[in-house]
Amino acid sequence: MHRRGPAFWLLTGFFALFVLFLYGPTITIMILSFQGPSGGLTFPMRGVSLRWFANLFEKQMVGDFAGSFQRSIVLGLVTMVVTVLASFSAGLAFRHRFRGASGIFYLAIASLIVPSILTSLGIGLLFRVLGVDTAWYSSGFGAHLTWTLPFGLLIMFAVFNRFDRRYEEAARDLGATSWQTVKHVIVPILLPSLIGVGLFGFTLSYDEFARSLYTSGTFNTLPLEIYGMTTNVTTPVLYALGTVTTGLSFLVIALALVSTIIVRRRRERHGSDAGKAA
Amino acid sequence: MRRANAWVAYLQVAPLSLVLLLFLVVPIATIVVVSFFDYTTTSIIPAFLLQNYEELLLSPVTWQTYLQTLEFTVITWALTLLIGFTIAYYLAFYVRSATWQTVLFLVCTIPFWTSNIIRMISWIPFLGRNGLMNTALLDMGLIHQPLEFLLFSDFAVVLAYVHLYTLFMVVPIFNSMMRIDRSLLEAARDAGASGWQTLWNVVLPLCKPGIAIGSIFVVTIVMGDFVTVRLMSGGQTASVGLMMMNAMSLLQYPAAAANAVVLLLLVLLTVGVMMRLVDIRKEL
Repeated sequence: MHRRGPAFWLLTGFFALFVLFLYGPTITIMILSFQGPSGGLTFPMRGVSLRWFANLFEKQMVGDFAGSFQRSIVLGLVTMVVTVLASFSAGLAFRHRFRGASGIFYLAIASLIVPSILTSLGIGLLFRVLGVDTAWYSSGFGAHLTWTLPFGLLIMFAVFNRFDRRYEEAARDLGATSWQTVKHVIVPILLPSLIGVGLFGFTLSYDEFARSLYTSGTFNTLPLEIYGMTTNVTTPVLYALGTVTTGLSFLVIALALVSTIIVRRRRERHGSDAGKAA
Repeated sequence: MRRANAWVAYLQVAPLSLVLLLFLVVPIATIVVVSFFDYTTTSIIPAFLLQNYEELLLSPVTWQTYLQTLEFTVITWALTLLIGFTIAYYLAFYVRSATWQTVLFLVCTIPFWTSNIIRMISWIPFLGRNGLMNTALLDMGLIHQPLEFLLFSDFAVVLAYVHLYTLFMVVPIFNSMMRIDRSLLEAARDAGASGWQTLWNVVLPLCKPGIAIGSIFVVTIVMGDFVTVRLMSGGQTASVGLMMMNAMSLLQYPAAAANAVVLLLLVLLTVGVMMRLVDIRKEL
């Protein structure tokens, strides 16, 4: 398309700098989290140790890291499941015309546009007015869904727009009920996207701070715990925490990519298995 | 059949609608209602007062804070747009193989999945007083004393915004660019347009929807932000979000609510203007 002139190399350089800008800091704190026992928050490294990671799991040192980690994972997983089910089902609904469709669509958009702090504040106030205590599994869960569901819905729109409806028509012509069509045709074909929506939902919830702030009640989720630590912890234990959570995020991403690739490979080898079970 | 379909559709969309109703519509309505309430140091009292708004809008601090937040918004918007557009342009038009395109695109998006707070913290070893930047500059002899403005300053706030949110520009703009019919570019070249002219007169106008979507994300996030400002300015700079947080921590819920309503109106107004440029549903 373009000859590889100076513009190409200039842009390549710019891109490389951008990637360095994106990853440099994270890699730096990963290195620094292995700081020796007498090391500080900046270079030089004074030896290499796992001390700060050990430190992380001693309860009295840095608040309740293990507990908040656990809560965030559970909340992330539940949010993931609900996000996949609710956005898939809503995606199916939006393929038909129904009264109020555009209203609901704009509501979902609004949920993305209204700043997180306002949603958080609103839910916090609502629970206070009602006299109900906020908790990460009730108000916090709802707050996370207002963030993950609209994203899930938008992805489902994109996915269904590219979905070849002839598969579905063929299934119906062969006598499949609509439930059978969903189960044996639509879901298998859309599986990679559904996995994507799920892991998207998980990471969004796992990292969410603002929406958790006034909705989590007594027990902190992980981002709240980290935020608390930034103000009163001045040792590399902060970086150890960063390394652990970032590592988990990377694991989730890798999982998403690998499972997408596996599904695709299987499909290439066997053709789609859609319809086989019927 | 037709009626059965509608019924099924309502059932299918019910979970999503219910969540949005209970955790978005009702809470926002609560904020609006509470913003008119009276309060003492210990409790909030149902009332219909305009006092919260009066106190908010008559205070010069409010105006300064809003101005500060708008300034951050405009600067961040301009920088993320410029960088995001350039990156998307490179990926869409200069990377030739589809595989490389996917890989490089993923490389750009992966940091988005990691914790924002951790990504902010990770600037400390770079920008701190004894950080890499200062050490390098000192070693090169360019400066004789460590620069103090690198960390805990407005500079650091903007840097963090750009670091965290440029992706929101890259993705939609890249998406728009990939939909541009390549024969249009050829036509432009055949008609004698230079590279710049093609970029300015063909590519840019066709990217408008992507730019609008990216801008909506960046602008709304920065306008409502408080974490980045709090962490990166070291508590020296104000933002509307922080102002609300302070009111909340003093248990002045109605005051925080009034501020929230004003911010919400401002955000909706801004987004309303940008939405005129784009039909989001068409873009998916």
